Formats: sequence, C-alpha cells, structure tokens
Amino acid sequence: MGAGVSDQIGVNHLIARHAAGLVWLARYMERIENLARLLDVTRTFARDSDDSGSWLSILRINSDETAFFERHSETNADTITRFYLLERGNPSAVQTAIHMARENARMLRALISTEMWLQINIFHGRIRALTEADLVPDHLTAVCTMLKEGTQAHTGITEGTFYRDQCWNFYMIGRYLERADQTTRLLDIKFNALLPSAATSDANVDAGQWNTLLRAAAGYHAYRREHPNGFTPPEVAGFLLLNGLFPRSVRLNLAQLEWHLTQLHGQYHLRGAAMALERLDMLRGLLVTQSIEQILARGLSPFLDYVQSQIGALHGDIMSGLCGE
Amino acid sequence: MDDLGGGSVLSGYDPGAFFCEMLRPGQPPDPALSLLVSRLSAMPVEALRRRAADAERDLLERGITFTVYSDAAAIDRVFPFDLIPRVITAPEWRQIETGVIQRVRAMNLFLHDIYHDRKILKDRVIPPELVLGNQAYCEVMIGFTPPCGTYAHICGIDVIRDDAGRFMVLEDNARTPSGVSYVVENRHMTQRVLSDLMRGLAVRSVDEYGLRLHRAMTEIAPPGVLDPQVVLLSPGIFNSAYFEHVFLAREMGVPLVEGSDLIVEAGKVWMRTTAGLAPVHTIYRRLNDDSLDPDAFRPDSLLGVRGLIEAWRRGAVAIANAVGTGVADDKAVYAYMPRIIRYYLAEDPILPNVETRICREPDGLAYTLDHLHELVVKPVAESGGYGLIIGPHATKAQIEEFRARLQAHPDNYISQPVVQLSVSPTLCEHGVAPRHVDLRPFAVTGRDTWVLPGGLTRVALRAGSLVVNSSQGGGSKDTWVLA
Repeated sequence: MGAGVSDQIGVNHLIARHAAGLVWLARYMERIENLARLLDVTRTFARDSDDSGSWLSILRINSDETAFFERHSETNADTITRFYLLERGNPSAVQTAIHMARENARMLRALISTEMWLQINIFHGRIRALTEADLVPDHLTAVCTMLKEGTQAHTGITEGTFYRDQCWNFYMIGRYLERADQTTRLLDIKFNALLPSAATSDANVDAGQWNTLLRAAAGYHAYRREHPNGFTPPEVAGFLLLNGLFPRSVRLNLAQLEWHLTQLHGQYHLRGAAMALERLDMLRGLLVTQSIEQILARGLSPFLDYVQSQIGALHGDIMSGLCGE
Repeated sequence: MDDLGGGSVLSGYDPGAFFCEMLRPGQPPDPALSLLVSRLSAMPVEALRRRAADAERDLLERGITFTVYSDAAAIDRVFPFDLIPRVITAPEWRQIETGVIQRVRAMNLFLHDIYHDRKILKDRVIPPELVLGNQAYCEVMIGFTPPCGTYAHICGIDVIRDDAGRFMVLEDNARTPSGVSYVVENRHMTQRVLSDLMRGLAVRSVDEYGLRLHRAMTEIAPPGVLDPQVVLLSPGIFNSAYFEHVFLAREMGVPLVEGSDLIVEAGKVWMRTTAGLAPVHTIYRRLNDDSLDPDAFRPDSLLGVRGLIEAWRRGAVAIANAVGTGVADDKAVYAYMPRIIRYYLAEDPILPNVETRICREPDGLAYTLDHLHELVVKPVAESGGYGLIIGPHATKAQIEEFRARLQAHPDNYISQPVVQLSVSPTLCEHGVAPRHVDLRPFAVTGRDTWVLPGGLTRVALRAGSLVVNSSQGGGSKDTWVLA
C-alpha cells in the first residue's frame, strides 16, 4: 500500500468523516454563542431600535446582506432578530446552526459523551420552540441569555466529559477556528465605523461604541483591567488581535489551534496535519512580528481580510489533509 | 409523596382466561414475584403514571427514538415504554436459553448444509424448491464456509406463550434483527425511574451485551490478526434504526461507519481514517444483503462497499451476519424447523413451534380446509403481518373466497391455530389492564452461542390486540430474568 496507509496496532482510529463532523459541531455551537452575544449587545447599546447602522453591521459581520434583503427591506431590531433567531434556512442563523450542530452530533453519537448529546438535543428543542413572542424587546435579552447559557453548558459539559483522544483535538480545532474567524469579522466591520472622524472629537460618544465592540467579543472587563485609562483605537484593536491571554483574541486562538494540530501530528502521527501547520506558522508569524501600530499604519482592513482568508484556507487544509475531503 | 388517590397499580386488574406473566395463576408462588406484586399493589396508579411521564420525556430528550421521515421533515418518535416489568423466572429462562441455543445451532448447520452438500434436501426432509427457489437463497454462498461455521451471528427468536403458559417459537429472525438496544435502555430507564421496585430482587444484568458481541466479532475475524478491528456498518443517520446502530457501536467501542467510509483495495478492506487507510477485520453490518456490495448484488446500491463480498469469500474480512441467512428465517422453512432440529441434532426441540400445518402436504391441507374458521392461514413469501386470514375474525364469504385461493396454490400457505398470547399488566389510559406480550431473546454466536438474559418484551398496547409490532401500535417493557 502507498503513502497514507497506517498499519499501527492499538491506535484508536478516527474515521475521517467523523473528524470533519467534530470540527463542524464545535463551529456551529460556537456560532450560536457569538450571535447571541452580538444581538444582545447590539440591542443594549444601539441608540434605539431604529439604529439601522448598528443592526446592519450584524449582517455585514456575517456576510448575510444578500440573504437578508431577499426577505426584508429594513434593518431594525425586529427584522434582524427575526432573521437570526426565528427564520430557517439562513446559513448563519441560530435555527440553522443548532440544526446542523445536532445533525453532526447525531452522526457522532457513538463518539461524543452521552451528556453532550443529551444537552444538544434538549437545547435544540428549546431553540426550535422560539416564537415571535420571545422577540419582544424586553424579552430578547432573556432569549440571548438562554442561547449563551446553552452553548456555555455545552462547552462545560464537553470539557468535563469528552474523552481526550484525537476526537477532542478535532473538536477544539473547530472551536478555535470559529473564534478566530469571528473576532476578525467583528473587528473588521466595527473598527472603521468607530474611528473618530476628523470632524468630531467627542471621545465620550465613542466610548459607548468601543464598549459595545469589546462586549460583543466578551472582552470588556479584561480590557478594562489591561487598559484602565480608557479606550484608544489601537489598544482595542491590539487587544482583540494580539493579546496572548484573552480567550477570543486571534493570536491566542491561533496558538491553541497550533497546539492541537501539533498533537495530531506528533501524538497521532497524522501526516495530513503538515500543510495546516505550515500555514499556521506563517500566519502566527504575521501576528507576532508586528505591533498593532505597524498593522494600523499599513491598513487594518486589508490585513484582516488576509487573516480571514488564511483562516478559511486553514479550515480547508484540515478538511483535505485529515478529513478526507 | 406517592399517596395520591385513584387506587393501586394492581387493584382491579383481571387477566381473565389469559396466562398472566405477573400473577401466574395455578403456579407455586415465587418469592421474588410475590415481593414485586406486593410492591405494585402498594403503589398508587397515579404515582406510576407520573413516573411514566418522566420516562417518556427522558426517552425523547435522550434521543432513544426511531426516526420517521415524512416530507423531508425528521420526526423522532419514542418506542412506547411500559414501566411495569415482564418477569421470567429462573426455570423458565433455562428453557428459553437452551431452546434458543439449540435452535441457533440447528440453523447454522442447516445454512452450512444448504450451501454445501444439501444432504437435508437429498434426504427429503424439506422440499428442495423451498430452499433453492427461496428469494433469500444466495448463490455467492455456495461452497463458502464463514469462520467458525457461523452464519447467523446475531439472532432474534420471537417466543410467545399460550393460555396454558407454554413457550413456543412464533418466528425466527436471522438476518439483521433489531431491538436489543431497547432491552438495555429499558433496563436503564427502570433503574432511573422505578429503582424502588427492583430493590433487593436478583434480576440478571443485561449490561454484558456489547462485550459479548465484540468478543464474538473478534472470534470470527480472519485468523492471525492480533487485535482485530471491528466496525459497525450502518446505512446512516436517516435509517429509522440509527439509534440502535449508535448504541451497538458505543457498547462495542468500535467505529460506526457508512459504506463510503470503507474501501476494498489490494484484496483487503480498509476504512478511511484521519491517518489514511486502516485495516478492517470484522464488519457487523446493519444493511440488507442486497445493499451490501454493488458488484455482487444490487448494482445501484449507494450504501454498500464495492468488492466486499469477494474480499469476504477470500477470508480477508468477516461479515456478520453472513449473507443468505434469510432462508433460515423464512416462514415456509419455519414450519420445518422442528424436523431440521431433529435432523441435525437428533434432539427434540426444547422450544416447540406453534403447531403449524404445511398446506403443501396433503394432511396439512385437508386439516386446514376443514378448520379454516378457527385457524390463521399465512402466506409464506411475505412478512410483517399482512396478507393473511384470521379464521375467527373472517366472514363466511371471506373464508370461502380464501378456500378457493388455498386450493389453487396450497404450496403458498401454512396454517396455525390462533394462539391466545399471555398478558402482562400494562399502564393504559384507564388504569392498569392486561395486554398481550411476546419476547424476542437475542443470541450472539461466534464460536459458541450466548443468549442475553432477558430480551425484548413487546406489548400490544391496544386492548385485545395480538399484534405487538412497533409499526402497529406495539410498545415494549423491561424484561426481568430472575437469578
């Protein structure tokens, strides 16, 4: 037999299709949490329900403008929450994400813990049962809390019950890919919109908006601790991109990604991890060797576009190198 | 907390003339059963109902369901679970266990014979056309002996009990019998919601199934493999029995694969893993024969693995169950099972058949024609409880019409008396009532045969119904084999 044939005995083999399912399961669950936080923060900090700019940015973060405007004509609290929480068939909406998470979990039922399956199954039922009545403004936070708690329960159950063989590495790879991707998207869309234009120098107006951005990434309090003197655009961008301790910074997620890929490559002798590791090495180099000032000077947007495309390519490397796709 | 009104579980319960699995009229009292009856008698029916509601929600949440697809929507249905257990005493179980082992042995010897020397056909014990002309007879099996001479590795033998409490076999399932996951899950459910009922009683465990199954699967693996790789081959998540496939893979600790995960290369079977191709030694398949390999059977099958049968015949991989085992569980062949047992083993059947008359035999036809109004007449080429006539429920005109059909094609029919199945107390809409039950014990055969102590008790939830099939309003019960 040629390259790629393993004849080791005593190794717990993982079916390539299942590895792909684990990556997707983690990504879909992570998406639900991100979306819930984004909706909640936007509702809380949007100037009012007709603050169409704030609501529009959610569409732009998820690249959903086309799908949205096929169904709705205005962006406001009502249409956006309906689009993301109730409507089915939108690839990045909660209903789709939980459906896909459950279908993957169903495929993986023999591999994941029974507790993980049970929780996803119940959570799925809860999300499927959401109706218009749940979207009234004073109730939206409760719905978002339910979504966040559901995904956080999933994360905790996974941490506490999922056997840590290569299945777990694939699952974690999915989680970190999704977090890195979400943070770059969030920063990309929000950052330029928040930069003080030359005409206004009212820093207080902007404080609320920086606050929103950090809260949408679940990083507000950590940021305050790191930078107690206020918000500066470079510091916020640097925090989300380059901080080595913040759970949703791009840099930390790429570092964790590398650790799991190295495990697969070293512990499980999965040679198919090599290409992804190579790309990751290059990508991390890009983040480690530059200061945020240098990145901003060269232009944040093109930089983030590039990082995003590389995260997408990483997913592709993992699928083709390890998951038989 | 259980002191609600509405009477106790067994107050007012009356099995009438049927044999009751719980009250056992006319039998010497068994101490364990008596304790169980006294506990049920002390339990208010409302408390039982509340626990039943807990159990149903629990099954749905755990996804212990079968999936029904309609209009592209997936609906998860719970196989109804009745909390009141069905009990089998130790001596009863000895008869079932030895009877099942005997039957499985005879079936495997029969399958070997019909694909080799065909002695049983030459000796005219069974008409050759019933075997060689059988739809399930499989040409590729001719001259091939699977490891250990075992064809039907996993067997489910449907056993019923008549109004005198006699056990008899109603049907054999030697292809890919399902239901064992419910045996184990029903027990876990009892332990979750009714553990007080079981406390102190010596009920035999059902937790060994996965271990035993895995052991049998390694026994049949190609010789010389140190640590054989077993896989469970499923049609995928859209199959209605998918939960059981998950259950079996998990209990054996082996990958749950689909046809697209396997490939035959260089004469061997491999699975596509994250490390590349890895060898596979035993496949417990839950696909039908004709889906298994497009080269050998249905060329349009997308579920199977090209070249699998050839690799199997060369001994590179083991497959359970073997293909072509359907001849042994055919309704026409069933009628001959007592003779098959005597022929190969020179023993009387420990578990008799339901008294069956073969209409292709003149005596059987004559008796059947004379007693049409009191018999069940079954076509032998179909299954699932359709297309038969139940004499006591048929009109005169229907009987006469059927008589003509029977006389024209007597070879197509067997007849049996209507067996009044035993009953077990079951929670119904208006309290606890007797409902008819059967039993499907599961036998696992590698080198030897082992029978899971218990089996799937199916219960006909509709009053008076004798049909226990899940497709026709059946549910299931936990089955307690007393030590």
